[in-house]
Amino acid sequence: MHSLIDFFSFSDPNVRYVVVGNVLLSASAAMVGAFILLQKKALVGDAVSHAVLPGICAAFLFSGSKNTAFMLVGAFITGWLALVAIDYITAKSKIKKDAAIGLVLSVFFGVGMVMMTYIQQSGNAAQSGLDHFIFGKAATLIGSDLIIFSILAAVLLVVVGLFFKAFTLVAFDRPYAQALGYPVRKLDLLLTSLTVLAVVTGITAVGVVLMAAMLITPAAAARYWTDNIRRMVGIAVAFGMFAGLAGAYISYTAPSMPTGPWMVVVSSAIAFFSFFFAPRKGIVPKLYTQRRNQRIIAEENTLKIFYHLGERTGHFNGMRHFNELTGAREVDKPLLEATLKRLVAQKLLISQGDQWGLTDGGWRKATRVVRLHRLWELYLTSYMNIAADHVHDDAETIEHILTPELERELEAQLGYPDKDPHDTEIPKI
Amino acid sequence: MIIHAQQPIVEVHDLTVSYARKPVLWGVDFTLPSGCIAGIVGPNGAGKSTLLKTIMGLIPPSSGYIKLFDRPVDEVRSRVSYVPQRESVDWDFPVSVLDVVLMGRYGKVGLLRNTGARDQAIARDCLDKVGMAAFAKRQISQLSGGQQQRVFLARALAQESDIYFMDEPFAGVDAATEQAIIGLLREMASAGKTIIVVHHDLQSARTYFDWIILLNMRLVAAGPTDQAFTDETIQQAYGGRLNLLSQVGDVMEKRAFPSREN
Repeated sequence: MHSLIDFFSFSDPNVRYVVVGNVLLSASAAMVGAFILLQKKALVGDAVSHAVLPGICAAFLFSGSKNTAFMLVGAFITGWLALVAIDYITAKSKIKKDAAIGLVLSVFFGVGMVMMTYIQQSGNAAQSGLDHFIFGKAATLIGSDLIIFSILAAVLLVVVGLFFKAFTLVAFDRPYAQALGYPVRKLDLLLTSLTVLAVVTGITAVGVVLMAAMLITPAAAARYWTDNIRRMVGIAVAFGMFAGLAGAYISYTAPSMPTGPWMVVVSSAIAFFSFFFAPRKGIVPKLYTQRRNQRIIAEENTLKIFYHLGERTGHFNGMRHFNELTGAREVDKPLLEATLKRLVAQKLLISQGDQWGLTDGGWRKATRVVRLHRLWELYLTSYMNIAADHVHDDAETIEHILTPELERELEAQLGYPDKDPHDTEIPKI
Repeated sequence: MIIHAQQPIVEVHDLTVSYARKPVLWGVDFTLPSGCIAGIVGPNGAGKSTLLKTIMGLIPPSSGYIKLFDRPVDEVRSRVSYVPQRESVDWDFPVSVLDVVLMGRYGKVGLLRNTGARDQAIARDCLDKVGMAAFAKRQISQLSGGQQQRVFLARALAQESDIYFMDEPFAGVDAATEQAIIGLLREMASAGKTIIVVHHDLQSARTYFDWIILLNMRLVAAGPTDQAFTDETIQQAYGGRLNLLSQVGDVMEKRAFPSREN
């Protein structure tokens, strides 16, 4: 608890640097990442983040120090080269895009690792800590770095903001953007540069390897929560910022913990949560809807049993024994029992031991379902030319989903009929 | 049978288009008058969509040129609308119907400025014209095929252009939508707009279009429908590829040969 207060009081300047740096870089990465995701270029982000490693090593070899500005320039150059290489290979050879990305990613990263190993064994004292660029160490962020990252992040946010409309258009309908006279190739180039820039801002804190996740994961998670692109980008930025903050906090309380992997773990957790629990699109809400539909079907079918027994015997309000119900329709007995109990709870049925009967509300609901069933059967025979002995199964499903509006329209189109195709009465309520 | 227009608004001059050096359109040369509804008709693989994309400058021609209003297309883009094939985009994209129609205004407002209230009003008006006003806020993944086509049409209308190029606007739409669209096109044509439609149904082509471009890798016929769209020209266009033409194209692809000497 102490650490929480210490951390969020931001009294330690180092904490301030780390938090501000992390939040800025994850916000800008998430923003750019949203457009990479929508342009279906997620793998490209992965390739770039691996391809900046040789640039960092080359910058170190060239300058002999871990000067952040040099590192950024080096990273930017090789990140960019990787994208040019992917485009060139795709355009000029038979190799398809996915293979080209895989190729470029591993070759660039391999070269980077070779250079890194060479530097580490060269005995250069300045090299210690260079390996942090692979997995990141936010604790190494210092004041001067922060200024650079803040500027980069601000540039990213402003540029993406300015070109929001254009990026959206290109992502949605590229040929149309071209037809409108938009400089599509230049916009591609710009988004590519922004991608490299976003990866580069994260190399100190998150490390090159995991920056790809900070680009794509927040955006992928955000897509589950909205169908509006502006909101999606906003949510992605919020998720990214939260992951950045959480990563900084965890590595503050446990200094041996690397920041980057924790940021990725947090943002992946957000993505998993979205995948399972986001309203409408998540797995759990979908399962819940299915289950609810199953229950509605079971309940309405049970009420129908009572109605059909009523029709057969001429009285609807008597009590029925459990065996009488199972004899009238083929049902799973435990399911029927559970459904009967739910219907009692809904006050559509009353029960006395093993006897069950319709309430007024239950009778109305049962009548309506039977009515919809027969109306639909009639609709199928008279409008869709389906034989009368083929319509029952269709109607079994449709009876559960027809709304009162559709019911009225159905009735009007059929001319307020009295009999269904089997010459049975269509009940009125 | 190639009849040229008196004062052409669209001029396609000796156009050859190749994919990976293999020509898919050979020496296509025709003109269109203003205020007509023209149909580009031909069998599958005839190069109809390719012709449209080349006119819009989306595919560079191997040789020949295109002029709209007697000028290169890049100079007159604000006066030209394009309706791509419906299947060419991802309909699960997180935008609303109104957002898509507003894209039609993007050319007018420019690269950096945002659309304003006037653009909104125009977009809503265009949605109304295609009978989709009630769907403005709907997410696009919830639309049926016919509704998607109407949205694309509204987007093109929002550009307020003089020429409209439409790639298969009747593909996969219901009969009601088809009638609604053709009615709208006729209205536009009588207001002086020129409309060029890629179409593959021979039956309806005769009644829908007053100018026909009959295509099968080369231009078979072009002109007013009653003169250019005869049993003879249709037979020429649909009677199979010119086998020799395809073979020469294959050889050019194999030997990476340019379609013009220089």
